[in-house]
Amino acid sequence: MIERKLLLGDEAIALGALHAGLSGVYAYPGTPSTEITEYIQNNAPQVRSRWCTNEKTAMEAALGMSYAGKRALVCMKHVGMNVAADAFVNSAITGVNGGLVVLAADDPSMHSSQNEQDSRFYGKFAMIPVLEPSSQQEAYDMIKYAYQLSEQMKLPVLFRVVTRLAHSRAGVEVGEPLPQNALNPETDRTHWVLLPANARRQYASLVEKQAEILACSGNSPFNRSLPVEGKAALGVVACGIAYNYVMENEPEKLGIPVLKLSQYPLPGDAIKAFAKNCDSILVVEDGQPFAEELLAGILGSDYPVRGRLTGDLPRTGELTPDSVGAALGIAAPQSFSSARNLMPRPPALCQGCGHRDVYNALNKVASEYDNARIFGDIGCYTLGALPPFRAIDSCVDMGASITMAKGAADAGVFPSIAVIGDSTFTHSGMTGLLDAINDNANITVIISDNLTTAMTGGQDSAGTNKFEAICIGLGLSPEHVRVVVPVPKNMDEITRIIREEIEYKGVSVIIPRRECMQTLQRKLRNKK
Amino acid sequence: MKKDIILAGVGGQGILTIATIIADAATAAGLKLKQAEVHGMSQRGGDVQSNLRLSTGDIYSDLIKKGDADLIISMEPMEALRYLPYLAGDGWIVTSSHTFRNIPDYPEEDALFQELGALPHVATLPIEDVAKDNGLPKSANVVLLGMAAKYIEILSVDQLRQSVVRIFGAKSEKMVEANLKAFELGLAAVNSLS
Repeated sequence: MIERKLLLGDEAIALGALHAGLSGVYAYPGTPSTEITEYIQNNAPQVRSRWCTNEKTAMEAALGMSYAGKRALVCMKHVGMNVAADAFVNSAITGVNGGLVVLAADDPSMHSSQNEQDSRFYGKFAMIPVLEPSSQQEAYDMIKYAYQLSEQMKLPVLFRVVTRLAHSRAGVEVGEPLPQNALNPETDRTHWVLLPANARRQYASLVEKQAEILACSGNSPFNRSLPVEGKAALGVVACGIAYNYVMENEPEKLGIPVLKLSQYPLPGDAIKAFAKNCDSILVVEDGQPFAEELLAGILGSDYPVRGRLTGDLPRTGELTPDSVGAALGIAAPQSFSSARNLMPRPPALCQGCGHRDVYNALNKVASEYDNARIFGDIGCYTLGALPPFRAIDSCVDMGASITMAKGAADAGVFPSIAVIGDSTFTHSGMTGLLDAINDNANITVIISDNLTTAMTGGQDSAGTNKFEAICIGLGLSPEHVRVVVPVPKNMDEITRIIREEIEYKGVSVIIPRRECMQTLQRKLRNKK
Repeated sequence: MKKDIILAGVGGQGILTIATIIADAATAAGLKLKQAEVHGMSQRGGDVQSNLRLSTGDIYSDLIKKGDADLIISMEPMEALRYLPYLAGDGWIVTSSHTFRNIPDYPEEDALFQELGALPHVATLPIEDVAKDNGLPKSANVVLLGMAAKYIEILSVDQLRQSVVRIFGAKSEKMVEANLKAFELGLAAVNSLS
């Protein structure tokens, strides 16, 4: 029976995976991927779905489930791929048993991210098939195909989406669910034990599979050509969601043929055949100019290829139907120009948020020193960089606050302070703290604990109720693990403790602990 | 037939509820739709928007082209102006006149309303006051939906009304009653404006 449902792109992916007989999803929250795991948590109690501590643990656990013969899904935002990369790349060397799909949600325009890296490069790097849906319906349909492909090729499959697909709703026709795979653990050890002798053999086998992977792209039901009569001056190669922006501009009316690509590696023969009937090609792809660069290799450097590198499309940021229309030579009939009485409205920490009290206290104490530096991290509290606080001096990657503070202290910066959230601390801060403790670095670490993963909407935080034990377990002396409640009336106590711990020559941890206002209000609403 | 709508506001004002109601009505009516939302960092008090596209035919892009929006529905007057380049020449702006000031450099109000008032098709209402005066402080967004109802056109006012019943019916009878009242207040207000 076919049923039509209104689904976010993320929800279409989740339901597609469930209907493909998924046994487990492994993920750390990250915009724009979070809603995939949440949908599975809310709709499929029979599927393993608890949040993981970080993307690397998620990737490894999913590989273990695949080893046991079952279908597993790993979800993360694009920068999570950097964290999972060791396990991800090597999973292509071991190969898989049960189907394994790695979902990377890229964020062109950096709506909620610190870069716009394009995960398709990771797929090429690991030498595995990459799928990139153009619509919510295709996302649903493609997941089942991804699991079949993964089990057929005995390789993980990378599934790449962008924010605009992840967070947009559309009607999706859904089918019947498949049963889960039976438990069927791998019996052969040679390709799972990556000692050099085995790894060389496995890598050679991966290289050998490339021809078949390429042939799959050539025959993919998701790649197709929309030709025109005769030879065209311009043809468009449209990747993933970019296909929609092209079609919105009605290329058929302009006599422009389109080659839609949703499966990689790039199908060279199809591209060559398409290019033969065009004088030039415009590559339209969201993210970095991945296909555009590769087309020069496929078509030769004399063939005119245009795109983001040539300035026909903007070099950075997400595509829009307007930017694609402009590249196709369509002038937008705009009636109104930008308003005059308009100011930017950046996000801000919520009223009543405990991070506010932490920054008020920290700013007060830091101002008493000439050269205090405060290293920030990734989460709601990164908003402390903006006015009125302007409290942090850095935000780079998950966990970097502690290790950067340590490096700066090693170089002589004093006071050197790290501010990190509870979930970020367990994600990637603990190992850095161990380095600092072992080196007796002169740093003060603030673990601002709001008992949740707040930025992404309030998911469970892996270390809740365990932070003092973790810090002491890593070797910190208990008298330098201080807990405070960040509310305005405690300001004197908090500033006194920060001062004392800055003056202590060694590692100290201060844990301001108060529940996130958003999760608190949600609990109160649900109680009613 | 198509209708491209931009919903605008500040994170936390409830524009996604308006989008959910319209999308539900469109789904029940058998229309095609795409609805791009903002999740993540901007939801913390920043500007938020949703592109809602309804059509009897296929829809490709999740985003609306500049100059193509038939309607801007906004919970805040400056946020309505943010999407002006997207508005079609004969498009309508339906907005709350209640300013939300969480930035230090918010524009001067007289100039703001003068610019808004000089546009050809604008309906404004202090929806928060209307909602509060009628004992419905949490339903200001549905007052706004009631105001916008007659401009949505591709859906009838009654189809939207039925969707209000369905969406809030999942919560409680009391909420259905309150939000239906809010919807009718908005609708009546617009009819008295024109």
